[in-house]
Amino acid sequence: MIEVKQVTRYFGRVMAVDKVSFQVEKGEILGFLGPNAAGKTTTMRILTTYLPATSGTASVAGFDVHRDSMQVRKRIGYLPENPPLYAEMRVLDYLDFVARIKGVDPRSRKHAIAETMDKTGISAVSSRVIKQLSKGFKQRVGLAQALVHNPDVLILDEPTVGLDPKQIIEVRELIRNLAGSHTVILSTHILPEVSMTCQRVVIIDRGRVVAEDTPENLTHKLAGSQRFTLVAGGPAEGLQTLLETVKGVRQVRRLETSSADDTHHFHIEGDAEGSINPAIARIVVEKGWDLYELRPEGLSLEDVFMRVTTREEEGGGQ
Amino acid sequence: MKNYLAILTREWKSYFSSPIAYVVMGLFLLISGIFYYLLVTNFVQMCMQADMQARYYRMAVPNLNINMMAIRPLLHNMSLFALFFLPLVTMRLFADEKKSGTIELLLTSPVTHTQSILGKFSAAAGLYLLMLLLTGLYMAVLFFLGKPEVGQILTGYLGLFLLGLCYISFGLFFSTLTDNQIIAAVSTIAFILVFWAIGWISGMASPAVGKILGNFSLIEHFDDFAKGVFDTRHIVFYLSFTFMGLFLSYISIESAKWRGR
Repeated sequence: MIEVKQVTRYFGRVMAVDKVSFQVEKGEILGFLGPNAAGKTTTMRILTTYLPATSGTASVAGFDVHRDSMQVRKRIGYLPENPPLYAEMRVLDYLDFVARIKGVDPRSRKHAIAETMDKTGISAVSSRVIKQLSKGFKQRVGLAQALVHNPDVLILDEPTVGLDPKQIIEVRELIRNLAGSHTVILSTHILPEVSMTCQRVVIIDRGRVVAEDTPENLTHKLAGSQRFTLVAGGPAEGLQTLLETVKGVRQVRRLETSSADDTHHFHIEGDAEGSINPAIARIVVEKGWDLYELRPEGLSLEDVFMRVTTREEEGGGQ
Repeated sequence: MKNYLAILTREWKSYFSSPIAYVVMGLFLLISGIFYYLLVTNFVQMCMQADMQARYYRMAVPNLNINMMAIRPLLHNMSLFALFFLPLVTMRLFADEKKSGTIELLLTSPVTHTQSILGKFSAAAGLYLLMLLLTGLYMAVLFFLGKPEVGQILTGYLGLFLLGLCYISFGLFFSTLTDNQIIAAVSTIAFILVFWAIGWISGMASPAVGKILGNFSLIEHFDDFAKGVFDTRHIVFYLSFTFMGLFLSYISIESAKWRGR
């Protein structure tokens, strides 16, 4: 559905995107992960025909974004980083305008708008002026704008920024429901967001694709280990030596001791294969010590990046 | 056509949903009204003086022409007011879209540059036309009091409208260059003032150069309209000037994407 081949974009002498290639199949949700200024927005802008690429080609639904840009535009819904809202308009008027310029059939326009407002949960504010809405509602109106013409492809630039936790869950749910009938690219710098909504992830850093995989593989493979935080009560030295005997545990580090309830905090790192947490729990309890907490630690985006980028450099050095 | 109308209506509504339209139109009417009052009362005074003189010297009462003595200077004044008011109408057309980010919606929707430029241009031109029509009330009053010539007034208004289109098209162009509305408005005023004053320099230049410069002057073409002279040369000049502004807007939007907007 979406094909990006060797796309490069310069701004003056600054390279924003460097030979980026990837594909998205129909009905798939692709996460586009990267730190700020990695080139996510530029890549999305090239796909949405807002910016041309300096070199390379990209196509959406078989149409080249440069040559057949009008055909591409009819088939995409785009939510930029800042939702493109006319502040002085009412929500309903705004969506009506968007539906008109997106070429929604006049006969079904009213229905399409009502349906989109329903889907994005903004029916209640349809007659409010946009500038008076809260950030969360503005973001949803932005999403409605991208959905109103029922496009084949949705390109969402950080769709959950500025929403409260409940709204974030709703928006993710909404995006997940779009899979199958729509192809979605969504950019984010929040790793859990990707694992919750996307089927595949492209990690981009300094304009280049540094990894491409499913979220599960990314967190496991890239991590190369599993990590836990353990909070337990008992003799500190005894606990440490005991934990080190558990099969699969590589390293145990004592972090702190709380004097109030006499508990110890440990950081445990284990092999990637097999779960080591049941064994840890069992051994602590069998000794009659108190188990307060055993929490798996996910990889943060920083960790993934550290690993992805260092691996890249090692590969380059060989 | 549908896209053009959608953009035109949106711009038009946005003028009236914010105070812009009311403030600009209201103040334009107020200032034109003040000058109208001054010029007409001045004309009435001169008529009375001429009448008294004629009686005193036992001569025939001269027939003073309101078209020449009040309406023509008023039209000239209004062309100057429009120069300062219209850039305030056009400054937001693209600059505001750039600032708020809505330009991303516009340029990723199946709308051509021509459609959006013409839609915005027409909205501003429509607002200007409404402003002019409202000042038509002033002229209507004159018909109750005297016998002005309709043809000259209509030609004058045609000239005012066409001149305004020049202002609007270049206001639109300068609005595509920046996301700052003040800069857009000031550049437009400065640019038009240059083409306004270019005629004055022509007096100092050699006859050949002077004639060419004079032909570029926006205001020199207006003089015939204000006199009531209907000359297609002037119409063609104003329309080409307008087209130039629109064309430059197109180039500016198209080229911005290579620079990175």
